[in-house]
Formats: sequence, structure tokens, C-alpha cells
Amino acid sequence: MTKEAIAAQHPRSPEALLALLHDLQLANAGHHLTEADLVLAAAHVGLPLSAVHDAATFYSMFSLRPRGRHIIRLCDSPNCHLAGAWSALDELRRLLGVDIGETTEDGAFTLELTSCLGACGVAPVMMVDDEVVGNLTPERVRETLVRYREGR
Amino acid sequence: MRLARAHVLVGVDDEARLAGVDGVLSALRTAVAELGLESEVQVIETGSLGVSGHGIVLAVQPDGVYYAHVTPADARTIVEEHLLKGRPVARLRLPTTAPVARPADVLGRQTRVVLANCGIIDPESIEEYIAQGGYEALGTAVTELAPEAVLDLVKRSGLRGRGGAGFPTGIKWSAVRTAADPERYVVCNADEGEPGTFKDRLILEGDPHKLLEGMALAGYAVGAHVGIVYIRGEYGLSIARTQRAIAQAEALGILGDRVFDTDFAFRIEVRPGAGAYVCGEETALLESLEGKRGWPRMKPPYPVTHGLWGKPTVVNNVETLANVPDIVRHGPAWYRALGTATCPGTKVYTILGNVRYSGLVEVEMGTPLRALIYELGGGLLPGRSLKGVLVGGAAGAFLPTSELDVRLDFDSLAERAAALGSGAVLVLDESACVVDMLSSVLRFFRHESCGQCAPCRSGTDVLVRLVSALQCGQADDRTLNQMVSIVDAMRAASLCPLGQSVALPVRTAVAGFRDEFAAHLGGPPCARCEATAVARGVRATTDR
Repeated sequence: MTKEAIAAQHPRSPEALLALLHDLQLANAGHHLTEADLVLAAAHVGLPLSAVHDAATFYSMFSLRPRGRHIIRLCDSPNCHLAGAWSALDELRRLLGVDIGETTEDGAFTLELTSCLGACGVAPVMMVDDEVVGNLTPERVRETLVRYREGR
Repeated sequence: MRLARAHVLVGVDDEARLAGVDGVLSALRTAVAELGLESEVQVIETGSLGVSGHGIVLAVQPDGVYYAHVTPADARTIVEEHLLKGRPVARLRLPTTAPVARPADVLGRQTRVVLANCGIIDPESIEEYIAQGGYEALGTAVTELAPEAVLDLVKRSGLRGRGGAGFPTGIKWSAVRTAADPERYVVCNADEGEPGTFKDRLILEGDPHKLLEGMALAGYAVGAHVGIVYIRGEYGLSIARTQRAIAQAEALGILGDRVFDTDFAFRIEVRPGAGAYVCGEETALLESLEGKRGWPRMKPPYPVTHGLWGKPTVVNNVETLANVPDIVRHGPAWYRALGTATCPGTKVYTILGNVRYSGLVEVEMGTPLRALIYELGGGLLPGRSLKGVLVGGAAGAFLPTSELDVRLDFDSLAERAAALGSGAVLVLDESACVVDMLSSVLRFFRHESCGQCAPCRSGTDVLVRLVSALQCGQADDRTLNQMVSIVDAMRAASLCPLGQSVALPVRTAVAGFRDEFAAHLGGPPCARCEATAVARGVRATTDR
């Protein structure tokens, strides 16, 4: 679907902005918003480009930089901390060879920290794309990365 | 709806997913098909059955038999033995006191109002919601009651908002009803971002129609025709289930231009958030709905008169609105019989941390914290002792063991300078370090501060530096005093509750755990703090 067709599914009103940005971002392989996307969104919902840029940089789910094919978001809040999120983070950093906010050289994974994912019953938790992976141990982190490297 | 002889309700939540519920579901369906029971037995995916710590749990209804720790092989046995031959499989049954278990027998001393249908019905079927008495309240309200009468029922029930502040819902609705502008909105705040909280997600996933009915009743009472559910963007399943529920209700004429064939019009839309804790604050949420970044507005004016697009707006939490159908259906007297005199009804909690059974429970307002931890959470792991409890999420209070008999309701907690907040209860045993937990709380606030006002933006940053010094053994008496004076300034000067509420965890931690803080002053760091400091040292350059 073209970007114009994606935009056409949304009302031409500022209130449609976040949903439109979500859809535009999803259409890019790099899970990010390009400048052209922001320009298109601004014209479609009738906001100045600066206001669209403002929103796109405020929310943590949007990125203006290209990201990996899979986005790993590890929860960094108190419950997951108590349950040992740091050991999962160490293992993620070691296996991926990247730090927080970075993308692996092969473009497969971007590692991000996030606040509560609302899956605290199985802390510590990360989300890989839209899959919740909980009860994290270094072994579970390894298995999950292998599974995604092999294409699920 | 197809009638079946037996319903197999499989609780699908995060715990079940991790335990491999997909394998059990497919084993059940395969066995049902192979044994030719498809016309008699229905396998239903439902929300959490409310039983934690028992692996994959399923219930066979109407027999009232609950099975726990079910594996795919067990699934086949259950179909062959129970569903084909009528012999319940004793070795897999969840121990209960009654020979035929009602949900209450399994769920212990819970009182379920908001969660009454969760784990009982298929959340993707409006018929099942209706079969439980769903939409009866809305139907009665729009055909037999005046809007003022519905408002009066909610006022008399004494319902208080479950988003954290505990403001009386009826008073909020009255202010919208009497506002001059006839264009009004009902906004449901489902941007659940409080660490430790996932109750609203399980309500949306387990019983979305209950929320929709509550919103429509709110719309009728205040004279609004548009409802919006703002759901956090990470909650994909909640978004999908709510959208599906709206479509079903519109198809039956329960929502739409003529609700129950009356002149009352009410449409509901779902809007996804995009990841910002501050958008749980009502005015930031409204800004976000208008397509802007979520910066809180100055109050007053309040949303009841100047809300979405400057119009009168009801903003209520998911749990608050989900209470409304039962209040209208059973009446304020029924509701007031639950809970305490000043905080009627029930409250949904998430119990987490170092307890045997973590998960979601609903009990009457005023239930002691001790009962929540030891009866519903199953107590601590064997051989462990309790150090303290963080009640109310990251913006909550650290309570020492001497406070275990506090009753959980808005007023009892306020008396002890604590807050019910979102209902998250994080249990800490002696292996946890309160200073380390506080540092995690403060890093959370630094990350989520929206940056609009200086007290919060700079305050959270300085607090993280101070607590880091404390963790590394590089602090003295003055550090604690500094932290307290900073949070007091933030409480007085921050624009919104995000900055104001940092005072609660800091003050209660310092007051309730003095010895632990004293041990961190000047001395070598404790093992917990050292591990965190090492991990943070590695990421020093990218530390946010």
C-alpha cells in the first residue's frame, strides 16, 4: 500500500495524528518515520510540520532513526528490576554486541529500554516486536534471540 | 450462539502463554474433533481465570470443574475422560473445598464485581456478555430512566474514581452534565502505564463490553454522544478486543445512532497511545488525543468544563467505568453494602514481587494489606521474611512491616500519608534493598518526566544523582535531607501529579526504612546496590 493510501484511511483531522504515525512507521522496514512521512502526515491532518515533529519525537514508540527488523524493549521499572531485569540486560548486550538504543550490525535487532509493559505477573519482561516474553533468564534471552534469528 | 453441552474455558493470559497455552488449546481442539464432540463441546479462550501460580488453568462448565497445570497430553485425557465419558480427572483438579466448584470457591475471598465475567465468558462474544446480564442496565436506563436519574444512582452509590485520586465520580459527572456547552465527551483513560499495574489490560481483554456499557451509561447521564477509549499503544490485544466489541454492539443497535431504538445516540472509538507515562494524566491524555505531544495543561480550568477540544469532558479510568453497569443494575444500596462507608465497592489489585502467587485480585475496599499478601498472594516463599511493601505503583508508598494492618482504601491510606494509587502491591522480602528499589523508582520518573516544568525535569535528574551516590556509599546525612527537600519542592511546584507524586515513595522510604538508609551512608555499597551500580556503570554513556 502506498503511503498516500495509508493516509487516506485516516480522517483529515489532528486527532488522527498518532494513529496515522503508527501506520506510517509500520510500513517502513526500519520501523521508523522518515521526513517524507512527517510531511505527508502534516499535510493530511492539517498541522504544521513542527507540530508533527514535536509529537513524533515525544512518544517512545516512534523513532526518526531507522531501527532493526526486530525491536527488543526490555522493561526497566521497579517490578522487573526486583525480579532481575539487569541480568537479562547484561545478556542482551553481550549477545547483541550493542548498547541501549543501538541496532546490531546486521540490522536484525534494536535494543531499547522501556517503562512498564503491563505484564508484571511474569517479570522480568521484554517485548520483541509485539510478542511479550516474560520470566526472563539469561537462557530464555538466548533462546528468544535464536528463535528470531531463525525467523520465528 | 451455538448451544453446547459443555464449555471448556481456557484462561489465556501472560502466565498461560508462557506456560504453553497454545499447545494445550490445539490439543484440546484436536481431541474434541477426533472424538466427534465438536457439536457438543465448545473450547473457549477467555481472560485470566483469576488463579495464579497454577500454570495453565481451565474450567469445564457447567460442571464447575477446574483443572490446573494442564499439559497438552493432559488436555487429551480431559477430553477422553471428562467430556466423553463424564468422569472428571481427579489428579488434575484444582483443590477446592466444594465438590462442584463455583468460581468463588476457586478464587477464595475475592468479591468480584468488575472482574465478575473475566475468565467466565468469551470476551469476543457479545452474546455471552448479554447472557450474564450485560447491557441490561443500559437498556433499562435509556428506555425507563431520565439521565438525571442515572446520574443520581451513581452519586448515591458513592463510587470514587479508580485511577488513583479517588475523586467522587458522581460529582465529576454532575459538573459535565451542568456545563453550558452541549457538545460533551466521555473519555476512558486506558493508558495504563503505572509500573506494577495491569488490571485495566485484563479488564479490556477479559470483558470489554463491561467498559463499553459503563461508557454509554456515562454518556447518557451527562448528555454526551461520543466516547473515546485511549488505550496505550503497547496493548495490542486490548485494542483489538475493544474494537471488536464496539463493532458487535453497533451491529445489535446497542451502540450507535439509536441506542436500544431510542433517540439516544452514542458512538465509541478506540485511539492508541504511543508510549508516554505522562499521558495517563488526564489533561496530557487530552492533548495527546488532539494530536499533540502529551504535555499536561494547567488546571483549572478542569476537563469537566474545558476538556477535549475545550468541551466538557468526563475522563474516567477503565475500572471506574466498569463499576457503573452493576451500580445501575443492582442499585446504590447494593453497592454501598460493599467496602467501607466512605469508599464503597471493590478494588482490583495486582500482587507482585516476592509472593507465592502473583496476579490479579478483586476484594472489597477496606481489606487489610496483610490479608492481600498472606491470604490472596499465598504469603512469601518458604523461609523468607517480609521487609516491606510498595503500595500504589512507582508513585506509591513504601510501607514497613509495622503497617501491614493498614486497610486498603483511599481514606485509610491517606491517614498514613500513603495512597491507593493504581492498586499495585509490590512485596519485598529481605533479599531486596529499599535504596536500590528507590533508585529504580527514581530512574523511572526521570525517564517519564515530560520536561515541561523545571521542578520535575530537574528534580528527577538531581534525585537520580543523589540516590546513585547513596548506592555507591558516597553520601552522607545531608544527602537524605536534600532528597526530602527536593521532593517537597517538587510536590509544591510541579505542574502535574507526575512531579508531585515523587514525594510519596521518597518520603515513605526514608521514613520507614531509616536503618537501611543509614547503612548506605559512607559505608561500602550493599551487594544489591553494587550490582545495579556496575550495570549502570557499563551504560554510563547512554544513561538517559
